[in-house]
Amino acid sequence: MNPKTQESEIAKPETASEKKPPAFGTYSSLSRRSFLTGLGATGIATASPAVAIASVADAPATPTGRGAQTVHFNINGKRQTVQLEPRVTLLDCLREVVQLTGTKKGCDHGQCGACTVLVNGRRINSCLSFAVMHEGDEITTIEGLGTPEAMHPMQAAFVEHDGYQCGYCTSGQIVSAVGMLKESWGPADKDVREAMSGNICRCGAYPNIVRAIQMVRSRVSQQGVNA
Amino acid sequence: MAAKESIVGSPALRYEGEAKVLGYAKYIDDLHFPQMIHGATVRSKFPRGRITAIRYGEGIPWDEFTIVTWKDIPGENTIVHLLKDHPCLVQEIVNHPEEPIVLLAHPDKALLRKAVDAVTIEYEPLPAVFTIEESEAPDAPVIWNSEAGDSPNVFKTYLMEKGHVEDVWATADYIIEGEYSTGAQEQFYIENNGVIAEYSEQGVTVWGSMQCPYYLHHALQLAFGLPEQKCRVIQVETGGAFGGKEDYPSVIGCHAALLAMKSGRPVKMVYDRMEDMAATTKRHPSRTRHRTAVSKDGKLLGGEIEFAIDGGAYVTLSPVVLSRGTIHAAGPYNWPHLRIRAKAVATNCPPHGAFRGFGAPQSIFGLERHMDLIAKTVGITPEELRRRNFLQPGGTTATGQLIKDPIDLNGMLTRALEESGYHAKRAEFAKTNPTSPIKRGIGFATFMHGAGFTGSGERRLNSLVAIEVDDEGKPEILVSSTEFGQGTNTILCQVAAQTLHISYKDVRIAQPDTDRVPNSGPTVASRTAMIVGKLVEDASHNLLTCMRASGLLEETYTPEQFCHAALAYKQQHGELRATARYQAPDDIFWDDDKYHGDAYPAYAWAVYVAEVAVDTRTYMAEVKNFWALQEVGKVLNPVLAKGQVEGGVAQGIGYAIYEKCVWKDGVMANNQMTNYIMPTSADLPPIHVLFEEVPSIHGPFGAKGIGELPMDGPAPAILNAIEEATGVRFNHCPLLPEDIFDKLANPTLISADSSQLQPAVAGPVFSGTTP
Repeated sequence: MNPKTQESEIAKPETASEKKPPAFGTYSSLSRRSFLTGLGATGIATASPAVAIASVADAPATPTGRGAQTVHFNINGKRQTVQLEPRVTLLDCLREVVQLTGTKKGCDHGQCGACTVLVNGRRINSCLSFAVMHEGDEITTIEGLGTPEAMHPMQAAFVEHDGYQCGYCTSGQIVSAVGMLKESWGPADKDVREAMSGNICRCGAYPNIVRAIQMVRSRVSQQGVNA
Repeated sequence: MAAKESIVGSPALRYEGEAKVLGYAKYIDDLHFPQMIHGATVRSKFPRGRITAIRYGEGIPWDEFTIVTWKDIPGENTIVHLLKDHPCLVQEIVNHPEEPIVLLAHPDKALLRKAVDAVTIEYEPLPAVFTIEESEAPDAPVIWNSEAGDSPNVFKTYLMEKGHVEDVWATADYIIEGEYSTGAQEQFYIENNGVIAEYSEQGVTVWGSMQCPYYLHHALQLAFGLPEQKCRVIQVETGGAFGGKEDYPSVIGCHAALLAMKSGRPVKMVYDRMEDMAATTKRHPSRTRHRTAVSKDGKLLGGEIEFAIDGGAYVTLSPVVLSRGTIHAAGPYNWPHLRIRAKAVATNCPPHGAFRGFGAPQSIFGLERHMDLIAKTVGITPEELRRRNFLQPGGTTATGQLIKDPIDLNGMLTRALEESGYHAKRAEFAKTNPTSPIKRGIGFATFMHGAGFTGSGERRLNSLVAIEVDDEGKPEILVSSTEFGQGTNTILCQVAAQTLHISYKDVRIAQPDTDRVPNSGPTVASRTAMIVGKLVEDASHNLLTCMRASGLLEETYTPEQFCHAALAYKQQHGELRATARYQAPDDIFWDDDKYHGDAYPAYAWAVYVAEVAVDTRTYMAEVKNFWALQEVGKVLNPVLAKGQVEGGVAQGIGYAIYEKCVWKDGVMANNQMTNYIMPTSADLPPIHVLFEEVPSIHGPFGAKGIGELPMDGPAPAILNAIEEATGVRFNHCPLLPEDIFDKLANPTLISADSSQLQPAVAGPVFSGTTP
């Protein structure tokens, strides 16, 4: 054991992923039939990714998993081509194939909203959507909203208003909030509370989340800030 | 001095905030190690029984799997908490549903799932009990009988006495009885429990989502039979905990480490939501019985309280949860005579554990509901009853602790009732309710919460913190106190920055790693701000003393001069490091046997007011408005402190009217969010947070604990308000529409409850039966 090495790998998971064996595909042996049979008892939550081979743009790899399909989409402005079994959810695709772990898995049942992403500008629970359904789609995750140097106004507002505590639902809250800006909701706090009721925050940071969103909304309407 | 404006008390931005909003913060499931495989748990499907066979079904390539049973445990088969009754893996007797029996690891998570389902456990069933009443029944099967327990099926009892309560019954104008109960509550951190473990000849290392790295560190030493220097635990970013990651990481951490040892590869174990809800700890269900002697002018003469909690199948933390619940059962009132009997009983449910409040929300619920019953019986208002019985400076608590701080509960009650418009609303609702299908009400609860470990706990913890200057001349705080949303990182850095007279952004705090940080104790019991914060302040002073003694730092200095002096010191001496160890204040005394003395160094005091509306057509109760006034010593960070109160109130509202664990023979039947309902942003009322500050000598800059306090008050305040609205007493929380329906739609249930009787009808002796 070399603790130093381990720590640096934690800090830079992308480094670790380069050394990762193609483990998922190697062992994926579930047929579609057995997968669907299994659904009855525990639902989609049991579907962990049977990813054939993960690849990034311009480097398509050979599919080895049964029934793997090629999917092209645009994630955070970057064209991606991946080979996936049809049962891989968009959430698992993002986290385990594309290595964008900012989008979180809270319940995997579409009940908590931690996995919210934007698909063509609309907010969805990525755990309830199969990745292969998104051929040609524009997908935006928390990583695609802003950077430390240029945060999205919603991210900056969450920092300013302390719109989080533990941070685990935060990616979903922020992406969801960005999605709701383009929807037709009334101006009041209660409209925001209703619009955001699909994103659970157990720490109870709701009042600050509402404040952050309202600040961004007022700036969007008053100054035409592009959010 | 450079830092003229105060850093402590300012709304410093959250230390790790940017990483959280950018999606860069790495939680355990975001990490991947080379060669890492996944672990899963085969659990009992049975509440209690003897295992007769374990069968590995067909169709699974078992030779590819790492399989661990109790036989693979190199050390003791135990998850150590207070006792060693809790096995790491079942050897022979299963004591609750979802008990871990076999561990599996494989690179493919999907196949792992299939394999878990393919393992069949055969049992010879044994009789089981599932509630406090079943556990204490005279003919109950003995499901737990350890020499360490007080009697069969009882993990722990306490007897707390003040004065001579038997003398008061004969002279009391009223004797008022009531029974109150609370259900289990799921912590529901949005990030499930998860760890990654690695094992080599050098030892065992576990990374994970947790509150208390040194608890798991201790558990690993026993399970693996390894010396402490061969065990290492690292807390990574933790997505909520609320007590639910106090003791449970010791279980999942040992499991993953066993799989890592046997497979020779790093093993990740992350529970899914349904497994986490079904198998891990929850708030203890409770029952509180009150028998109270009251004079006709509303003075509490004496009382007997029986407090019982359901600990589940193993002891785990139940004795300490019971202890806090017992001490808080007396509330912020003057009791000339009091006897509290408390017990934690065994049932065949998964062990119940820590959850924000830790026993106090349960017993405070009983007391504050009972206070409203007393007021009604005596014929005075709930407000007047409390005013006549509040603890005052110079008075003593139920444990005999002298109140030294200048608290003013009367003043706080006045302020909370004014802010909430309590009197006007009471009058208005009395007028409008008779003709409206929506019944409105306003109620309140007054309470306190002790900060720090109970009794001699802090003395035993003997916490140590360190501050070390890094290569850039920046001080770094080294503590095992963890951040999981409550603001540990931020407030400790504020305290150090203020004490060192440097900028907040120039202070760092280390990721808790048992190889690097000293044991500053667990992150529990509302102790981090007060106890650990004070130690950080002390260590900062020690650092300055050290620098000044070397002649490198003047009495007054700029942040730049601090940095230069620190680097110069390092160059001369190799390192610059200061520590501070907890020293119990001289005037704090606690008797563990008699349960007498200074139970906590300090208490936070609070008055919470809830306004509710109950729709008598849908039987839905809603909280329409909420006021939370508390005295917390010193607010270290107003934004974070307010967030703590808002979050605690949100969970308290859930506890009161939404969150019901449905049990079926010890199994949680509603282990998902669709039918275990938590408040969303749309369900919460405006929460008005108000602070008062009476600095305590025990905390940094006067701060006391605040984390658990806001969990204690909402449930009784809300149920008191619901009684005001409907005129019907509900004595159990959670109170869901179906529970309200049961009583409102069935008048015989109401009239059968003697508590509905008016005092004039009930006569001076309210009820004659002995509890």
